[in-house]
Amino acid sequence: MIGLITKRAGMAAVTLFGVAVVVFGLLRVAPGDPIAMMIGPGATADDILRLRASYGLDQPLINQFWIWLGSLLQGDFGTSISRRIDVGQLLLERLPATIELALMALLVSMVLGGFIAIIGTLWRRHWASGAIDGVNGVLLAIPEFVWALALVLALGVAFPVLPLSGRINPSLTTDFRTGFSLLESLLIFRFDLAADLARHMTMPVLALALPLAGIIARVLREALSEAMMQDYVTLARVKGMSELRLILFEAMRNAIGPTLALTGVQFTFLIGGTVIVEKIFSYPGLGNMAIDAVVNRDFPLIQGLVLMFGVIFILINLLVDFAVVAFNPRLRHG
Amino acid sequence: MLKRRTFLAAGSAGIVAAALAGTLPALGQDADTLTIAFNVNLPSFDPTTGGSAVNPTIQAIYCTVFDQYIGQGPDLAFEPGLLTEWGFNDDKTKVSMTVREGVVWHDGTPLTPEDVVWSLQRAGDPANGNPVSGVWASIGNFTVDGNRIDGDVVAFDPTIFKWMAFLTGYVLPKAYFEKVGAEAFNQAPIGTGPYMVDVFESNAFLRLKANPNYWGAKPNFETVIFKFVTDATSRTAEIESGASDVTLEVSYEDYDRLRETEGLDGVAVPISDIGMIFLNNIGPMLDKNVRLAAHHAINKQAIIDRLLHGYGIPIDTLQTPEYEAYDASIKVGFDEARAIKLLAASGFSTANPVRFPIQTTRGLKPKDYEMIQAIVGMWRKVGIEAEIEVYEIAKHYELRAADQLAPAAFYNWGDAIGDASASTGFAMFGPTPHSVWDTEDLDAMIGPLWTEKDEAARISGWKAVDKYIAEEGYVIPLLQYVQPILFKSTLVVIPNTSGALQPSLISKA
Repeated sequence: MIGLITKRAGMAAVTLFGVAVVVFGLLRVAPGDPIAMMIGPGATADDILRLRASYGLDQPLINQFWIWLGSLLQGDFGTSISRRIDVGQLLLERLPATIELALMALLVSMVLGGFIAIIGTLWRRHWASGAIDGVNGVLLAIPEFVWALALVLALGVAFPVLPLSGRINPSLTTDFRTGFSLLESLLIFRFDLAADLARHMTMPVLALALPLAGIIARVLREALSEAMMQDYVTLARVKGMSELRLILFEAMRNAIGPTLALTGVQFTFLIGGTVIVEKIFSYPGLGNMAIDAVVNRDFPLIQGLVLMFGVIFILINLLVDFAVVAFNPRLRHG
Repeated sequence: MLKRRTFLAAGSAGIVAAALAGTLPALGQDADTLTIAFNVNLPSFDPTTGGSAVNPTIQAIYCTVFDQYIGQGPDLAFEPGLLTEWGFNDDKTKVSMTVREGVVWHDGTPLTPEDVVWSLQRAGDPANGNPVSGVWASIGNFTVDGNRIDGDVVAFDPTIFKWMAFLTGYVLPKAYFEKVGAEAFNQAPIGTGPYMVDVFESNAFLRLKANPNYWGAKPNFETVIFKFVTDATSRTAEIESGASDVTLEVSYEDYDRLRETEGLDGVAVPISDIGMIFLNNIGPMLDKNVRLAAHHAINKQAIIDRLLHGYGIPIDTLQTPEYEAYDASIKVGFDEARAIKLLAASGFSTANPVRFPIQTTRGLKPKDYEMIQAIVGMWRKVGIEAEIEVYEIAKHYELRAADQLAPAAFYNWGDAIGDASASTGFAMFGPTPHSVWDTEDLDAMIGPLWTEKDEAARISGWKAVDKYIAEEGYVIPLLQYVQPILFKSTLVVIPNTSGALQPSLISKA
């Protein structure tokens, strides 16, 4: 296990360096100049030159890169051009909101997808199987942003039962010490705050979770169906185990591995989906900030965000690898 | 000892109970709280540095927390702000300003003339990152005597006092800023404005509370919440569901639909934003016949009626009727026959059209791309074949600053001080980084106006420039935008010609 961790950590460092080079290079060749974005109507050519120098953008590209990388290795992500705040601080402030949102979406998608898969396997010879396939097809076919808009119209406008934007009611007084507001409010027994946070989170979580639930349901159901035809399951059935117990305690053990691996990969897409969903719901996470950063051509912030997403993706893949090994004894001893 | 299961059960039950019981106040329903679904995010609180300092929309928030040197009414008229008197001496070599007495910062300390001097000097020092530091550096060598500030004119700019009500023209607290530093100020700013920052969560909301010591009219609400809802569909949903009390910049279709809804009201008036087509003096645009034909071929009223639901005012110069140098007698007019004749004189026709690209954004302004599509269709009928290139606004700024725009490029221009220097001046004077039309004839006309000391001569000079531009076809002004604002019927909203939706202009009905 230690060897695996060392190997993966080395690969992660190389990957992150590659990400840093690519994002730095792409930003410099992409259209849009951050200084041109901020010049006011009265600005002169001299004003522009001075602004360019003050942000270090007058340096040769290779110098800019090494300065940025050198600072990065010392934990300094630079200063956001548009927000004029340390990028590292900004990322740390926003990361918990996105992690909470993504983890809640993952939890909901796993519960919902698992439920659909189990019911579908249980009723695999029943007429309702077709209906379950239909529901699953709908979940799979509709992307996050369409779910988001549909939820806004349904639960925000037609039946306004949920708040449309933000993470918490702006009228509430809060004093969270961490960015993990939902978790923290539960730990300090502020259930009123937790309820408000949950209400604000419901629509963005559903928008993110529903497509992933469809994928999980399809993969898990296929794996369960295959497992249910194995000899050890037949033996257990002969011994008198109920179908539900067969699915949960016999077939699930073998079916969960490939599902977990795929869920891990899909979770990275879910994190990517937070960008547009956070924008639609004005949810103050990394994704929402990423759109602003791109619009404003805030180079330091975009670079920091891409690296942060890179770290998240690498960690998710690592966790998935370890989880698959942990669930499958053959791999553990291989 | 609290067991895990007990904790989870209690937690879940608590959340469900709280959610179902509706113990939390619904947004936008407290009479003393005004909730605005705002169309842009607030990236930074310093109103004098960075890109947000020159974003016209964000000025609504800055004006609410800070005060400007000189105030401006919703009709763009200038009025006393933190300065009660201001002006040049007779030969325009000195400036004098009188600072309002009895004003206190949000932390209770008094506003002093030193704050004003420090703010002016900081804005004029290029090291501090003010995007228009050159404007502020035009005055200096300040001396303070009581509440009076005197200074020298370093380089005469007739509009310097107008800038004091415009972008980056804010007074900041010297002592507090120097004590906490720029970054801390950005996170916990204080001003002298009618509302004080209570909670700020970027990309989510800004909660302000009324300033009990405000020197002006008492704030109309105890609490003002700006919710940053940058998606237009979500803003529509906010007002439609009652979650917000006021919103702006929704689609004209939604505006027309929702203002008829019970409990909602709306106001839509022309603001100081215009839509225009920059012409670059390259290729086919060097031909006056082509330029004028391109202008005459556009039926602006039809575009407004069909694409913008009638919300817009056709314009023929870069001035709108609210601007000081507006001249209603300057007309270009829609005249297809004339366009065809002009093109024929240069050897072009529908069979042999003149060809050039036209650049536009898509979705930045209402129906921007569709307007250009319509214009290209109108041009095709007279013998102009234009190819549409869509780009992001960031690319537009980059190309414009480098003078590399296509022969024609759509843009929107704002001029909240209503001075011709900030519209025709910056947009058309070759040496500025904003203009892409660089010809000596026009520059020779505009150049002296930057330092013209006789105000009447300056205004008539700008009118002459606008007339000349229209005759030569150096730019194609299209329309003055109308800003749609939707609000609950329990409120009264005074629209602001500058487009800044300020809470001080909203009151209870």
